[in-house]
Amino acid sequence: MNDKITNWTASDDAMVENAIRRGATRRELLTMLLAGGAALSAGGLVLGRATNAVAATPKSGGNLRAAGWSSSTADTLDPAKASLSTDYVRCCALYNRLTFLDQGGTVQMELAESIKSGDAKVWTVKLRSGVTFHDGKSLSSNDVVFSLKRHLDPAVGSKVNAIAKQITDVKALDPLTVEITLANPNADLPTILAMHHFMIVADGTTDFSKGIGTGAFKMETFEPGVKSIFSKNPNYFKAGGPHVDSFEFFAITDDNARINALLSGDIHLAASIKPRSMKLVESQPGFALSQTTSGNYTDLNIRLDLAPGDKADFVMGMKHLINRQQIQKSVLRGLAEIANDQPVPPASIYHNAELKPKAFDPEKAKFHFQKSGLLGQSIPMITSEAPTSAVEMATIVQQSGAEIGMNFDVQRVPSDGYWSNYWLKAPVHFGNINPRPTPDILFSLLYASNAPWNESQYKSEKFDKMLVEARGLLDEAKRKEIYGQMQVMISEEAGTVIPVFISNVDAISANLKGLEANPLGGMMGYAFAEYVWLDA
Amino acid sequence: MRTYVLGLIANRLGSSALTLLIVSFAVFFATAMLPGDTATILLGQAATPEAVAGLRAAMHLDEPAFLRFARWLVGLLHGDLGTSYVNNVPVADLIGTRFVNTMRLAGITTFFAVPLSLALGITAAMFRGSVYDRVVTVLTIGIISVPEFMIATSAVLLFSVYLKWLPALSFASDATSFAQVLKIYAMPVITLTFVVSAQMIRMTRAAVIDTINTPYVEAAILKGASRWRAVLLHALPNAVGPIANAIALSLSYLVGGVIIVETIFNYPGIAKLMVDGVSTRDLPLIQSCAIIFCVGYLTLITFADIVAILANPRVR
Repeated sequence: MNDKITNWTASDDAMVENAIRRGATRRELLTMLLAGGAALSAGGLVLGRATNAVAATPKSGGNLRAAGWSSSTADTLDPAKASLSTDYVRCCALYNRLTFLDQGGTVQMELAESIKSGDAKVWTVKLRSGVTFHDGKSLSSNDVVFSLKRHLDPAVGSKVNAIAKQITDVKALDPLTVEITLANPNADLPTILAMHHFMIVADGTTDFSKGIGTGAFKMETFEPGVKSIFSKNPNYFKAGGPHVDSFEFFAITDDNARINALLSGDIHLAASIKPRSMKLVESQPGFALSQTTSGNYTDLNIRLDLAPGDKADFVMGMKHLINRQQIQKSVLRGLAEIANDQPVPPASIYHNAELKPKAFDPEKAKFHFQKSGLLGQSIPMITSEAPTSAVEMATIVQQSGAEIGMNFDVQRVPSDGYWSNYWLKAPVHFGNINPRPTPDILFSLLYASNAPWNESQYKSEKFDKMLVEARGLLDEAKRKEIYGQMQVMISEEAGTVIPVFISNVDAISANLKGLEANPLGGMMGYAFAEYVWLDA
Repeated sequence: MRTYVLGLIANRLGSSALTLLIVSFAVFFATAMLPGDTATILLGQAATPEAVAGLRAAMHLDEPAFLRFARWLVGLLHGDLGTSYVNNVPVADLIGTRFVNTMRLAGITTFFAVPLSLALGITAAMFRGSVYDRVVTVLTIGIISVPEFMIATSAVLLFSVYLKWLPALSFASDATSFAQVLKIYAMPVITLTFVVSAQMIRMTRAAVIDTINTPYVEAAILKGASRWRAVLLHALPNAVGPIANAIALSLSYLVGGVIIVETIFNYPGIAKLMVDGVSTRDLPLIQSCAIIFCVGYLTLITFADIVAILANPRVR
């Protein structure tokens, strides 16, 4: 790329690509670029680049090699137990889900042909016909019943046991129809079934080391903690099947080693690289970055039931004191999207875009601190390496505070034991939350009065009522409206300051095509192997 | 002489067995002190009390830890390393190929590192004070001071990223031809040779200089023996003891301590396996790896002692 535009980064490329995917016209895009300061001629060039990425035709063949960042003897092919990103990648290659989320965050059918319900409580799932497992067995409703019921058995050790508990009954009505009954209405069931853990395995499977699924790839070798090799499934039910002939996946834990392996041509994709390594990849021809912002965030938690958070003005002051732009630009080097103190990310269809983030305004913050009577006092703030970038964020808050005469006593504690000893406990501390697929799961887990991880001890009867109401609603527009109001409530009333959503960046070699961002996580929601192709 | 050596070996084997027992107890207690067990680690954030209890029962972790340890120890006496808690695979299967990989890497490194270090150490001692000696000394001290991840990463940057001569990753299973073996092992072996040689060169040089300074070597030189003859035939036999010990200590590092090289080159060896075992609190795996490292170490040290005795003209 000799036509470099100054200040133009891969994240801007991603932004333009995103806009194109969302259907923006060329004129709209040019306006957007001009607003961003790019010259007209350069604007045309950027568009060319992004539209190429979207419109290329897939090529068949080749051996895809990719590296994740964590792997151990605990690696598993049992979707219920999958815990590391590398497990998700392997499971995505071998199995399918009833539904999946596309890049826009909307539910699409995979093994299911339709999922319907009249009351959001009893759901009828119609399965696709003609789907076979790798060993030749046909997919039937018994496999689905078995796969879903497993999560309720404590001996399985399922990661989603808590979410699966709302399923009270699963039964096969006929070979291709399954009925799922829930304890209470939940309109999110199709989205919940798109979670990686709810992949469909063959009825009666106890030994998962063979990886028999319906997925795009068959397992050739699987050595836990070393590597796995997959070959193309010739009988895959999706037309076209995977584009590559084989897929090799392993983990390289060291960030530098992972990038070096990519730069030397040993692998086509290095997952999740650190912001500081971005320049290294960008400066080399033949490599690119793929950014995903899926809802991971580090937040500053102020407990509303303890001093100083029991004074509402203190919390409001903090929301104005946190410099979101600086955190985005200097702490995360642009690999983040500004957030508005509530956990539903912009990629979600339920995100309330009208709720603007509170502006960085030290004077307003000073006013609120003065009103709370805490200005000039020393407030302890617990931080650690455990939540991503929390140490840098604490420093930024501390410096902004010092300028208006607000002292923060930043206490940096070890990451070992942080989650059990400080998180949820200290009056002012940092937390880190991984992406969850639905607002219902986020709110139930983090903000309902009885939420297990209620980081700021936020309690509101009105909020709890809205949560239950929205859960059972099948009317999408109505739900979106309620979720929108709940986001406003969290942003205004809860004690969780969420400055930015942190992006995940995968580095790829330029001949790897077809990789798109997905709200379920990096590497195309971990399912990239099925969709990408290698351009010779 | 023969009875003396046999007695020594018997004595050594006895104390080695005792050492192994003590080490396994120490490892057991250290593991027991780590927070959490396999069930809570595997469940992570999803570790609700009933989920943990269910998984523990399914994995037979509800028995007291010491009972499980005792059972593993009895199994070991029958040659059974136990079954991994995490994935229900026999530990012997997990260790098998990775142990072979570790030994292969250690073997190739030894093949290059030991002759190289001996040659450099002995010649440096012979030409003590010369420019050659100073260059060797400065280089070895320089290499001791550079951490191995630095050497390894620089090697990858140079040979893989810029020159593109060698692959950045070393998958032992990819080695099908001799040329490939060379390519795959080149960088790990260079890195490890750097790490282990420095110590051996320094020790060899010091031991040889010590003996050169003794009156009998001086006498040999006065009688007209050439410098080579004086050093190789007169001084060296008496320096073999400390040299063998230095070699054994350096090589024992190759059995279990090469975690950094394994990580950077993604080489599937046994050190990474033990780290995995610790992070998932997989007791049989941790114990088995610890025993293997310990056996490797004891074997090398005992071997060095015997070599020292056999080489020493006064004991012989």
